[in-house]
Amino acid sequence: MGLLKIAGGTVYDPANGIDGVIQDIWVQDGKIVAAPAGMDARPDRVLDAAGLVVMPGGVDMHAHIAGPKVNLARKMRPEDKRTGAVVRRTPITRSGTIGSVPSTFATGYLYAGMGYTTVFDAAIPPLAARHAHEELADTPIIDKGFFLLFGNNHYVLNQIAANEPERLRAFVAWLLHAAKGYAVKLVNPGGVEAWKGGADNIHSLDGTVENFGVTPRQIITSLAQTAADLGLPHPVHIHCNNLGLPGNWNTTLATMQALEGRRAHLTHIQFHSYGGQADDQGQFSSRVTELAECVNAHPNLTVDVGQVLFGETTSMTGDGPLGYYLHKVTGRKWANGDTEMEAGCGIVPITYHEKSFVHALQWAIGLEWYLLVNDPWQIAMSTDHPNGGSFLAYPQIVQLLMDRTYRQEVLKRVPPRVLERSVLQDLDREYSLYEIAIITRAAPARMLGLAHKGHLGVGADADIAVYTHSADKLAMFQLPRWVLKAGEVVVEQGEIRQETFGSTLRADTHYDESAIPNIRQWFEEFYTIQFNNYAVDDHYTPTGTTAVPCRPA
Amino acid sequence: MPIEFRLKRQPTVPLEAEVLTPDIVCRLTNAEIRSLTVYHGKRQLPLGEFFEIEGEKSDDLILHGALNKIRWVGRAMSKGSITIHGDVGMHLGSYMTGGRIDVHGNASDWIGGEMKKGFIHVHGNAGGQVGAAYRGSMAGMKDGIIIIDGSAGLEVGMRMRRGTIILGGPARDFTGLQMKGGTIILMAGAEIRTGAWMNRGTIISLKPLLLMPTFVFNGCQNPVFVNVYARHLQQFGIRLPFAKKEGAYHHYRGDVAVSHKGEILIWQPTSQT
Repeated sequence: MGLLKIAGGTVYDPANGIDGVIQDIWVQDGKIVAAPAGMDARPDRVLDAAGLVVMPGGVDMHAHIAGPKVNLARKMRPEDKRTGAVVRRTPITRSGTIGSVPSTFATGYLYAGMGYTTVFDAAIPPLAARHAHEELADTPIIDKGFFLLFGNNHYVLNQIAANEPERLRAFVAWLLHAAKGYAVKLVNPGGVEAWKGGADNIHSLDGTVENFGVTPRQIITSLAQTAADLGLPHPVHIHCNNLGLPGNWNTTLATMQALEGRRAHLTHIQFHSYGGQADDQGQFSSRVTELAECVNAHPNLTVDVGQVLFGETTSMTGDGPLGYYLHKVTGRKWANGDTEMEAGCGIVPITYHEKSFVHALQWAIGLEWYLLVNDPWQIAMSTDHPNGGSFLAYPQIVQLLMDRTYRQEVLKRVPPRVLERSVLQDLDREYSLYEIAIITRAAPARMLGLAHKGHLGVGADADIAVYTHSADKLAMFQLPRWVLKAGEVVVEQGEIRQETFGSTLRADTHYDESAIPNIRQWFEEFYTIQFNNYAVDDHYTPTGTTAVPCRPA
Repeated sequence: MPIEFRLKRQPTVPLEAEVLTPDIVCRLTNAEIRSLTVYHGKRQLPLGEFFEIEGEKSDDLILHGALNKIRWVGRAMSKGSITIHGDVGMHLGSYMTGGRIDVHGNASDWIGGEMKKGFIHVHGNAGGQVGAAYRGSMAGMKDGIIIIDGSAGLEVGMRMRRGTIILGGPARDFTGLQMKGGTIILMAGAEIRTGAWMNRGTIISLKPLLLMPTFVFNGCQNPVFVNVYARHLQQFGIRLPFAKKEGAYHHYRGDVAVSHKGEILIWQPTSQT
């Protein structure tokens, strides 16, 4: 591969402290290289970026783009596909559908078309890892990976109940290895299992999961510790209990405190920041101020937002009881899937209305998070695609963050009660391009422990997005001038120029072989699949994997 | 002068002909109409390949021939008329928002699917899913009138929200499935599971129905609205009985598995009560 130069662009590379400096970026063999010495170094190709904005490729750390739940949503919502836009076949790309849950090929093209080059699916049941890898293999251009669901896994709950931290650690390491997963994900820890067992969902950290005798608090602390002991590149990734319920901010705060300084990432935090009473929608309010204070005071915590945007979308979650709750609230159709002893999920179509007090307040709460967390390195942009809205809405969020006049205009259209229950109106902060580059690329890459992503330093992957500077931030971020993936120009002015396939990112865990007989016995006794058939072999990652090293303490 | 279309070549697979609507042809010359694109399976062909076309620039279309394989005629039309002499294929008048369609022959499934307004009259029989919601959609027809002189198939009026469907002949199973509003009039009754899952809306049958156990008998009535409705329907040559001396309606509410707000009225002539 030849030498490529992106000449004279205004570079925003927060990981290396570069804030709008005009400089050249040199690329060779898929990596960023130092400027060649000597005056006679001649690049094979030059992209003239004079007057353009150069950033690392976007990193989406929390989306739902593969696996059984996503596919079930596609099947459940033919109307979403029928009325949605389509991606037409071209000589170099395949056809696809969009809607709230785009098809696999369309997902890759659309992310790359916006300048995103790395995306993680946030919730895969280990038993369905094979399916998730098959779909990711059909998701072009982007590098990808997924988090594995651990918070309701029977084996995990048993080890916690039996106080066997070493066995738990070995199991987590083995399972991440076997499923080629990236991180430990907790979804409503304990609550999904309780609900699957026929009992009510669990509403406090100290409720007990029947049949196991463990509490959400124990699950959270054990797995946070396990992830830390293993030195996983990404710490435990937590979807707290009580998602979406008024008054749930108490649970969220308790979760932050229960971690006692351990590193953790709290995801789609917007959905967990509500004040009020569970039975009284009238009391619904924002408690972001208190929670953001806690995040500001605890550098061990990071969050992504799960911004709500107005319009039609599909809620899909590993939180089965939440799916059922939403179905009861909205009256819309519902599907639920359980995965043996591992996990569950729920899917409901949902429409966020600008004129709805609750929806508008959810929208405001998301924006409060971006504006109240002081250090942008602690917060990542997400819509929890497609739960709060499609990833295609990211440019709209950029506009909302960079332009307070626009924000105030939208705020004028929402029900006036929202202004009383949220502090958004009083927040004057505007994001700079540098800060946008942090929350969309540099910070998520750092949270994920991806040393080779999210920056433009020498040795980094040459995943680069070049935007045309404009006062209209929506247009600017919707239509990048060029997008490079592994050094190849894959997108020009929003059009796919070549279809490449990225690598699958997985955590390079090492496990204790002596733990295997016990896990094997567990499989032989209870699983529908033989132990030897469980692990995902390399055929399922045809474009290769990148093993990201662990750093045990 | 209406535009006349005569089928000259029978398609071998269904022909997707959503261009056959007044909204598209009303301003086109004859040559332009002949060159409109239709989908024959995956192949794109000019409309003139399948039809002899006379006339141009009109809101009124007349179609002749065995059009069983011609689909989507009158899709999303908002004005004018389509008259069909012969049978016609699926999705006739789906999404229409106005105008009138007359079929002198039989029609297939999904007539008036998700229509918003307008009038469809089929003088022969129809298939299933008349005025229904397409799969996954929240609501079927939102307004308008569909009259079928003959019989109809499964799921007539499935998830309809408003409007009227009148069947001269019998309907098959699941008439008014998950209905949310509107009226279905069955002059010759229906097979089983009528009104299953209905939330609201009215089904009137002039023949006895085998009802599901989730419908609750609510007394004999001669509701005033039937009187009003009957007068309205006279203009279409439909006679809905309402006078007390002729009989009464047995009123059932349900489907209580989901709601108590739907109603089924079954006519009992005086001689039988």
